[in-house]
Amino acid sequence: MSAKIRSILKSYAFLRLIRAIVIIIVVISISFFIVRLMPGNPVDLYIVYLETTYSMPYQQAKAMATAIFGVNLNEPLYKQYIEYMINVFRGNLGRSMFMNGMPVIKIIAQYLPWTVFTVGTGLLISFIFGILIGMAIAYRRGGILDSIITILSSVLNSVPNYIIAMLLIIIFGDYLGVVPFSMLRGAYSSNVIPGWNIPFIMSVIQHAIFPIFTYVITTIGGWILLMRGSTISVLGEDYITVARARGLPESKIMTTYVVRNAILPIFTNFTIAVAFIFSGSVLVEDIFVYPGIGLRLLQAINQRDYPVMQGIFLIITIAVITANYLADVLYGLLDPRIRVK
Amino acid sequence: MARTSLRKTYGKALSRTKENLIEAFHALVEDKLAMSGLIILIAFVLMGLIGPFFIPPPTPSPNIYAPPSLQHPFGTDFQGEDIFAKIVYGTISMLIIAFVTGIFITIIAVLLGSIAGYFGGYVDNVIMGLADILLAIPQLPLFLILAVLVKFLNIISLALLISALSWPTAARAFRSQFLSLKERDFVEASRLLGFNSLEIIVYDLIPNILPYILINVVLNAVYAIYIVTSLAYLGIIPFESNNWGIMLYQAWAFGTIYNKRTFMYIMAPIGAIVFLQLGLLLFSRALEVIFNPRVRTGE
Repeated sequence: MSAKIRSILKSYAFLRLIRAIVIIIVVISISFFIVRLMPGNPVDLYIVYLETTYSMPYQQAKAMATAIFGVNLNEPLYKQYIEYMINVFRGNLGRSMFMNGMPVIKIIAQYLPWTVFTVGTGLLISFIFGILIGMAIAYRRGGILDSIITILSSVLNSVPNYIIAMLLIIIFGDYLGVVPFSMLRGAYSSNVIPGWNIPFIMSVIQHAIFPIFTYVITTIGGWILLMRGSTISVLGEDYITVARARGLPESKIMTTYVVRNAILPIFTNFTIAVAFIFSGSVLVEDIFVYPGIGLRLLQAINQRDYPVMQGIFLIITIAVITANYLADVLYGLLDPRIRVK
Repeated sequence: MARTSLRKTYGKALSRTKENLIEAFHALVEDKLAMSGLIILIAFVLMGLIGPFFIPPPTPSPNIYAPPSLQHPFGTDFQGEDIFAKIVYGTISMLIIAFVTGIFITIIAVLLGSIAGYFGGYVDNVIMGLADILLAIPQLPLFLILAVLVKFLNIISLALLISALSWPTAARAFRSQFLSLKERDFVEASRLLGFNSLEIIVYDLIPNILPYILINVVLNAVYAIYIVTSLAYLGIIPFESNNWGIMLYQAWAFGTIYNKRTFMYIMAPIGAIVFLQLGLLLFSRALEVIFNPRVRTGE
């Protein structure tokens, strides 16, 4: 039994989990110190705001700030820090300074699913198609299709996501006039009832399709180029030559030797891709007026609603770290060398 | 112990290109993509440097939302300012911030990457741990929040902030280069001759990856343009009226896409950003063609 526990503790997945948790704790700490310790920090600003705007006495303003930010300002700093940490893990991220003090976690619960849905779908589609296309052109390298797709991928890779989003609206909405984008604002149309019914699901897909398309277009080029390079280097390995010499069918070589080995180095880029695509959601959701967490973050920034800003920032970061942890575990399943170490 | 001067070492690192400069030039002319990158970049530099001498600065006029004409090639904006002139006057600051940020990011990345890769162990763990944390934080939301709390006064402070937070990707790449380089025989030889770590890093390791460092500056410049135009579009950079990102925001916010006459109003900044990004990426390919003979022979 104890040997089993020890092997779990030493296992790859467990070590990665510890790492993910450490990173999350560091990010929460950074966020705490920004809010509490920086000169002109939000808590102080809020107290001054209450004092000057509502001519509130200092003690009352302080009590109000305590309620809004979820930190007890009368406690010593280290206690505030520990309390804040516990609160975050309990899901208590403070309250909005507007909207009658709605808890931040409720706001996030309302907006986050839409972002996770669009960003996740976009990431998955672009990863799968990028891998397939990259491998296909690696097999036909030097050909005309290879050079066209390689150039196209580099171009797509260099166009910023907000420009792709704008061009989609300019071309399909305005120039061709085939898509009524102003009707596609929001996550679903107002005339459907949310729930598991076909009109609602259709409406959700209609509204999400252009944001997803934008994420796919702006990230697929990177995957294609990476997979192309990786496949080409795997095809040059000795074991492929040996497999061919053994007379194995090409399709078997491809599925058992090439794909698995070529995908591995690409997984390390998952971290950057996930963080990048979540970053981009701020711009893409703003342009399509899609009610995800990015759009809500912009709104909070414009209102200077600090608890909401801080809460959304934490949640986005935790989402990225979680996605990376899942990618890491998947990587470990695909590559035995990692697990054994 | 005497060592050749720094200038000599780095001159030598680049002289390989000097020797086959002609060969590299021929390869560059052959490679149409790399060449077009060079031409696009030169065009933007000329536009930024010389343009303001020929084109009058954009001034407000009653002639608002004018369609493209000979006098106003891209039409005028919501204040009656010439859009082409705004693009021209925004070029130089865009190039400066792109390259200054690109250089800052690369310097930090080389510094931290070399220390992590060369010394390994505890130092490596700390630096790469920091890199992992920064990589997990989505950059744009982070900049947006910092922009609320810190006031960006000018381009340089913005460039410094971006580079202080955006070095991890490049640092990781440099670290792995240093990891493999430090095992080479010539490093071992220097160590036996009694040179210290700093000397080995400066004299032996960095000259070996100099071309790679230059390419990295360009790629980081592309990233800087993305971040700066995004922040400008979102209204975070208030100190520049001719910034392409701000033009994009104005064109978008004032509903120009619904009017065919002002089509160029929004397409002008879009075109400028896309062409500059593309030009820089192709230019990085040109650098590769010049410095890396293996790219030339098509291997």
